[in-house]
Amino acid sequence: MPHITYIEPNGTAKTYDLPLGASLMEGAVQNGVNGIVAECGGSCMCATCHIYVDDAFLSQLPEMEEEENEMLDSATAERRPNSRLGCQVRATPKLEGLIVHIPSVQ
Amino acid sequence: MRKVVIIGAGHGGVQAATSLREMGFEGTIQLIADEVHLPYQKPPLSKGFLNGKQTAENLLFRNENYYNEHQIEVLVGEKIEAIQLQSQTVTSAIGKTFEYDYLLLATGARNRELSKEIAPNALYLRSMSDAQQLKRALDVVENVVVVGGGFIGLEVAASAAEAGKQVTVLEVQNRLMARVLPPLLSDLFLKKHQEMGVNVQLNATVSAETLAAFDLVVVGIGVAPNQELAQEAGIECQNGILVNEFQQTSVPNVYAIGDCASHYNRFAGKQCRLESVQNAVDQAKIAAAHICEKTQPYDAVPWFWTNQFDLKLQMAGINSDYDSYAFRGDIAANKFSIFYFKSNQLVAVDSLNRPADHLAARKLIQAGITPTKEQVEDVAIKLITS
Repeated sequence: MPHITYIEPNGTAKTYDLPLGASLMEGAVQNGVNGIVAECGGSCMCATCHIYVDDAFLSQLPEMEEEENEMLDSATAERRPNSRLGCQVRATPKLEGLIVHIPSVQ
Repeated sequence: MRKVVIIGAGHGGVQAATSLREMGFEGTIQLIADEVHLPYQKPPLSKGFLNGKQTAENLLFRNENYYNEHQIEVLVGEKIEAIQLQSQTVTSAIGKTFEYDYLLLATGARNRELSKEIAPNALYLRSMSDAQQLKRALDVVENVVVVGGGFIGLEVAASAAEAGKQVTVLEVQNRLMARVLPPLLSDLFLKKHQEMGVNVQLNATVSAETLAAFDLVVVGIGVAPNQELAQEAGIECQNGILVNEFQQTSVPNVYAIGDCASHYNRFAGKQCRLESVQNAVDQAKIAAAHICEKTQPYDAVPWFWTNQFDLKLQMAGINSDYDSYAFRGDIAANKFSIFYFKSNQLVAVDSLNRPADHLAARKLIQAGITPTKEQVEDVAIKLITS
């Protein structure tokens, strides 16, 4: 079960041990990390679980579906090369130590 | 210390509790659920949960730690039976009493049911236990009939068809999802279901004889608001618990939010109840803000969604009344949006597999900005600049 560190918009770091298969969005919301809204509950509908992923882990992430790609273009915060939607990335053993930055607006 | 009691732990109830804390409410919060589970999300029950992509753990709003840390007392398996306005208390089925200064009714809605004579063994889908029962039943049957061609019925039909079942849908009207979709989209979803092997019968008659031919009967024919608790206490109700723009009922320290609340909605142009995540969540925030004296009126664009097979439909605004429309995207590829206008004002947008259009539409409608039809039709033109 990987340890994921979330950096909240104000710089606070919170680390949680996520169950395998939980999405990074669920891990954040269920634990009460600030800055992730996830208004649709993980259906890739709303682009309010936008996160910036530690570059070192980019190659370990599942490939982005076209839908997520389109949603990211409409996210409120600036899209960057390491932008993902938290609901589309699930915790795997390879993500141990992953650091995720949360943008200031969703 | 001020006391808030919230009855109902769906999207609205949970959001109200978390918003109160986020807004700095320092009193006690009791979140009362009649089900035995920690609060969870219902929308995936007919979609991801039924097809096995999401588990019960995936659906939890928050973990136990969160509620403890934020001093939100979650009482599960507690059915509230009466409100005493005079003493500002509510009592549960087993005789427990809870005192409040502010009461939030987030009681949701319940399924309309067919009579037992017509459908004695029918399954319905509302709660986690309904979904678990339906999932187990689907594992062991071949022939499934779904009564009702609305969102829930068709989502169940799609999940069952994907699981390899023989699925029949009976809809009494002459097209699918007629209450919310234009004929073009009804027809498109009909074709998709037929392509995937679902036998859809429109203008259908539902009788004990027709249903007897199937191994399993699932019914999704709409819901009724859970308003009796309020009504019996003397709070005004009319197809829902009547609320003002701050979610207050006819009793000022009693609020109602979500599916059970009847409110005037400017985007619908009428008094209505909306059965959606958006409505529950946004109304919860308004009620919490009012309790925290950060008053603002409810004024959010309604939005909804449904997933069936590879079709993802997102609806922004209310499309019940329009006089013209324009298309954006590729109709033949099932990737397009319909923009609806009334008196040259954008009122609603339905987006099929065009999620970016949906996000843009919500912003446009909220801001009251109407693009021209030429702008809508030209996909090279961005509708919003972020």
